[in-house]
Amino acid sequence: MLQTGLEHVESQESFESLLKEHENVMLCCGRMGPMCLPVYDIMENLRDEYPEVAFRDMDFDGPASHLVRRLPEVRSFTGLPFTLYYKDGKLVEATSSIQTRSQVTSNLDRLYRNGG
Amino acid sequence: MAHHYDVIVLGGGPAGLTAGIYLGRARARTLILDAGTIGGQTVLSYSVANYPGVEETSGRTISQTMLKQARGFGCEIRAYTEVAGMDLRADPKRFRLGDGSEVTGEAVIIATGGVPRRFGLASEERFVGRGISYCATCDGDFFTERPIAVVGGGNSALEEALALARYASKVTIIHEFDHFQAEPWIIEEVRGNPKIRFLMEQEVLDFEGGEKLEKVVSVHKKTGEVSATVVDGCFVFIGYVPNSGPFEGVVSLTERGEIRTDESLATDVPGVFAAGDVRAKRYRQITTAVADGTIAALSVLESLREKGR
Ligand SMILES: Cc1cc2nc3c(=O)[nH]c(=O)nc-3n(C[C@H](O)[C@H](O)[C@H](O)COP(=O)(O)OP(=O)(O)OC[C@H]3O[C@@H](n4cnc5c(N)ncnc54)[C@H](O)[C@@H]3O)c2cc1C
Repeated sequence: MLQTGLEHVESQESFESLLKEHENVMLCCGRMGPMCLPVYDIMENLRDEYPEVAFRDMDFDGPASHLVRRLPEVRSFTGLPFTLYYKDGKLVEATSSIQTRSQVTSNLDRLYRNGG
Repeated sequence: MAHHYDVIVLGGGPAGLTAGIYLGRARARTLILDAGTIGGQTVLSYSVANYPGVEETSGRTISQTMLKQARGFGCEIRAYTEVAGMDLRADPKRFRLGDGSEVTGEAVIIATGGVPRRFGLASEERFVGRGISYCATCDGDFFTERPIAVVGGGNSALEEALALARYASKVTIIHEFDHFQAEPWIIEEVRGNPKIRFLMEQEVLDFEGGEKLEKVVSVHKKTGEVSATVVDGCFVFIGYVPNSGPFEGVVSLTERGEIRTDESLATDVPGVFAAGDVRAKRYRQITTAVADGTIAALSVLESLREKGR
């Protein structure tokens, strides 16, 4: 169970409606561990700055996590969390392990603000 | 116009937050600025069992409580705030923040802690999350029945090697010296574990692989013999570096980059104090950071009284 201030994606239905309803989605799939907590924290902190992006998390051991774990894009990943960026329902970027705020904002700017 | 405070604390780890609690309670107008996540290194700790008065809990829980206490006593706390420039010799001390605004303070406490040391190799960056990890508890299960390496020879490296040996098929400990700098009982356990082997007196040269890490390349420091250890994962625990870069040339540092302080935790620049892991000291723990935060805050309050504020 994730204890964060982000909305959680907990089922296939909520995952699908998230991608249908939002053009830009950043989804962080992890646990309550030391490499994951800073990324959730960064996402919460960026919500006001990027109102055009839907920030969500997903429990790596939860019922919907197979939707992330089975993606070919994460096949080589060995570090939690797996962070996915979607544009118009398509996966456009994925990162593995802890990220800094500037790594996250550079992805958000490049993917959703045409380079910022 | 710059916003003015009695005290500006740089860093919101246990040292900075504790200083904030004491300063806030004393009604000093206090701003805590953190370049990253509030909590500092405690957030990296799954479980803390040696913080007196608190039974085993996560580092995050401890830091969240400290944050609440500091806020409760009136401290202003800003996370993810870059300091773009500062003048610590000015009176009052001046800071230019990343958003272009300015703040000033009568006194400053530097509590910027430390970060895990990295090799600084381009190939290390390339394989982070694709074989290279800094957290055994987080990523150990990706390497079930796979060969891995652990680089380092201190308590953390050996403890993590033991934890990882539960998952991995084989663990190679790669260390720079011919002996370990860890507690004797941990060394004994590691030496007695049949899954663990040792590559001593090595300098890591490179990480190699395709999409994922495949080899750790190292050289024997005396013989020059090069080894390529075939692994799926490599866990790096090679110590910590103090976050003192922005203060180089301003306050006095040791050759390791730690800030020198006197007994009251004052630096050699008037009105500038240092607390926690960033300062030169023997033991780096949450308890010692908390003690430092207390001493620095009380010393600052005394110096403000002397200044007549
Ligand atoms: C994996 C791990 C496990 C540990 N386990 C334990 C344990 O079980 N028990 C124990 O007692 N100790 C433990 N420790 C050690 C303990 O966490 C540290 O000693 C303690 O956190 C040091 O506190 P600090 O406030 O000095 O620095 P930090 O905790 O490092 O905090 C410094 C803060 O300053 C911020 N900062 C850095 N540069 C700047 C800047 N230029 N401007 C503004 N802010 C800046 C950082 O973002 C950070 O938030 C552990 C450490 C690690 C890494």
